[in-house]
Amino acid sequence: MSQTAIELNGISKSFGAVRANRNIDLKIAAGTIHGIIGENGAGKSTLMSILYGFYQADSGRISVAGRPAAIKTPSDAIALGIGMVHQHFMLVENFTVLENVMLGAEGEAVLNSSIGKARAELKRLERDYGLEVNPDAVIEDLPVGLQQRVEILKALYRGAEILILDEPTGVLTPAEADHLFRILRQLKDEGKTIILITHKLREIMAITDNVSVMRQGAMVATRHTAETTVEELAELMVGRHVLLRVEKGEAKPGPVMLSVKNLTVKDARGVTVVDTVSLDVRAGEIVGIAGVAGNGQSQLLEAVTGVRKAVSGTVTLDGTPVELTGEADPIDLRRRGMAHVPEDRHHVGLVLPFEENENAIMGYHWQDKYLKGPLLDIEAIRADAREKIEKYDIRPADCRLKTANFSGGNQQKIVLAREMEQDPKVLIVGQPTRGVDVGAIEFIHKRLIDMRDQGKAVLLVSVELDEIRSLSDRILVMFAGRVVGERGPETSEGELGLLMAGVDKKEAAE
Amino acid sequence: MDFFTTLILLLDSTVRLSVPLLLAALAGLYSERSGVFDIGLEGKMLAGAFAAGAMAAVTGSAWAGLGGAIVVSVFFALVHGFASITHRGNQIVSGVAINFIAAGSTIILGQAWFRQGGRTPSLPGTARFGAIELPFADAVRDVPVLGPIYSELISGHSLIVYAAFLLVPFTWWVLFRTRFGLRLRAVGENPAAVDTAGISVAWLRYRAVMCTGILTGLAGTYLALAQNAGFVKDMTAGRGFIALAALIFAKWRPVPVMFACLLFGFLDAFAIRVQGTPLPLIGQVPVQFMQALPYILTVVLLAGFIGKAIPPRAGGVPYVKER
Repeated sequence: MSQTAIELNGISKSFGAVRANRNIDLKIAAGTIHGIIGENGAGKSTLMSILYGFYQADSGRISVAGRPAAIKTPSDAIALGIGMVHQHFMLVENFTVLENVMLGAEGEAVLNSSIGKARAELKRLERDYGLEVNPDAVIEDLPVGLQQRVEILKALYRGAEILILDEPTGVLTPAEADHLFRILRQLKDEGKTIILITHKLREIMAITDNVSVMRQGAMVATRHTAETTVEELAELMVGRHVLLRVEKGEAKPGPVMLSVKNLTVKDARGVTVVDTVSLDVRAGEIVGIAGVAGNGQSQLLEAVTGVRKAVSGTVTLDGTPVELTGEADPIDLRRRGMAHVPEDRHHVGLVLPFEENENAIMGYHWQDKYLKGPLLDIEAIRADAREKIEKYDIRPADCRLKTANFSGGNQQKIVLAREMEQDPKVLIVGQPTRGVDVGAIEFIHKRLIDMRDQGKAVLLVSVELDEIRSLSDRILVMFAGRVVGERGPETSEGELGLLMAGVDKKEAAE
Repeated sequence: MDFFTTLILLLDSTVRLSVPLLLAALAGLYSERSGVFDIGLEGKMLAGAFAAGAMAAVTGSAWAGLGGAIVVSVFFALVHGFASITHRGNQIVSGVAINFIAAGSTIILGQAWFRQGGRTPSLPGTARFGAIELPFADAVRDVPVLGPIYSELISGHSLIVYAAFLLVPFTWWVLFRTRFGLRLRAVGENPAAVDTAGISVAWLRYRAVMCTGILTGLAGTYLALAQNAGFVKDMTAGRGFIALAALIFAKWRPVPVMFACLLFGFLDAFAIRVQGTPLPLIGQVPVQFMQALPYILTVVLLAGFIGKAIPPRAGGVPYVKER
């Protein structure tokens, strides 16, 4: 058996009253790919941040390559040969690739000679691992896949033997993710140890040698990947049996409720981000928009819901046009039956310091049932909130609690309850399960199918391809601001993945 | 006086008037590039000027004055750093507080120590940074065109003037050619990237604000010991804010900062020059209008002519490790 690269003993860490890590033991063999899986908030990222010296454990021991190690800062971790690719890239956006790679590992105080060395070293890494990237390119001009490559190069440049990747595929197309996995396998062949943090079971099965499962801050199991199944891992993650597939019947599409024609949107810099997009959503169907994050989906949602100004095009809601000058009145749109679950619940969907019951009516607070003359009817509002808490199983069941104190999944349920319970004609949903645990995902998916079956027109935008495929009745793929194709829900992941990367299989075949 | 001589004299005073702006703007550049906004340049410069005047008056040495100015100004910079880096306070509030403290304390201490209505005693030439005649300045004076340019415009300034203009390429070199500069620019854009690269964000920003302190100390010294013969209350007269405007105007880059400061210096010199002289077509222009001209132009330039100035992305935001 190979050597141990990292051993953790009894690691615990609390943030205030939250016990993020409890008494964690973990052994990672050198030269393997070790997956760490768990729901959001299970403590995976905290554990890795402790290993990388970003946080200090309250108790416990770490040893690296058999020797006890005190990791107090990231520079200690770097010195021990640990590198980390963070979920949110730690890159300086207006620096070049070379500058980013050098930062913190510059060598001498004056850069003249070290720039040359860094350039040569980058060339070598590029050759050895197939990590091609132009050293003089500016980060903000690079696609996310390449930005991630720069993060990997940063770690290798510092001589990392142990590489931690935190949710690396969240921002990648399936093809880019496959490429990443090839690179990881090659790194493994070179003798590097890789720790892969993810909540996607498929990735674990595809690439890891061993997998550890975390739940609520504790390490609940470690398995050889070859000896486990997706079902077992899912159950370990959630602590109970979960349905991985969404069950749904045939859609019965009715009349067109939402119609978008030739919608074009430009961003603040004048770049066209949504390019002559047209789509129809009928009553009783879910139309899913797939695409890698940043291909115009967000701006499309914002323009359709009247939040963002459009340059040209029309949006029709149940036969009447929606104002596209950016001055549409959200209350008016809601009155006309357009409910909106925004992509970013923290900044747009909720006011986190407010109480749950206040967020539960926000945007609908003008309705007579919440008013007593000119004043809010606090009792009615709270009763209404308690009803929704019960119906959507929002926990903890306390309508006076500050919204920030709910978990991601429960916060999302607060937003969904608010929008769905208004009986809208059109429901526009952005990233319904981002940062939401598996148990809540199951619930949210079921509710969305219910909405469809009640005859609502649902427009769904998600970067999770699995979600799009299991919920949608029709799938539109967006790439670089355009709708590049429409497919049925049975379309293979590979084909959709190619579309998401801007490659049309039919055209490519010709 | 012919037009050429007038022009040389005008440019000569442009140089003199732009030096305090240049030093203060370069000072602000270090701090703001590291992500610490500094609206307290004015206060630090004023405190530096007072310390320079007081030290020079007591010791009789211009160099002791400079030392005192730098110590006091760095101290104020560290106070700003302590509030905004260590305690993650609001950088604008902290900067404004420093301006108030400097404005008040210089007058109180000046009155308590020297009893001349808040000013420091008038200094003899030996306790000041006097003009330096460059070699051959006299010899070439009569050469047409180039002679006056060399002997009037380039020669005959104090040491601090030459230092200020040399600091422009030096700052560029530090910023773009050294390890410290790379890290400084990085921490102003994305401190998390610096932190995860194993570099202390706080220590880096403290070093940046110390650079700011040194340079505002130098700016204050220039006002008290080179441009004037001692400290006069409120002698910075808003120059710290004009320097801040120049910094934004130049989009936080050293060489454009120099040109921006020269432009503001020129406006100032022009206003002084045309005071009381009737202009063709317009006639007599009120002095107050000419004095307001630099400020009016600042507003106009900032409002419309420089395009969007994008500050360092992490500017003004205290760094907190995210959970």
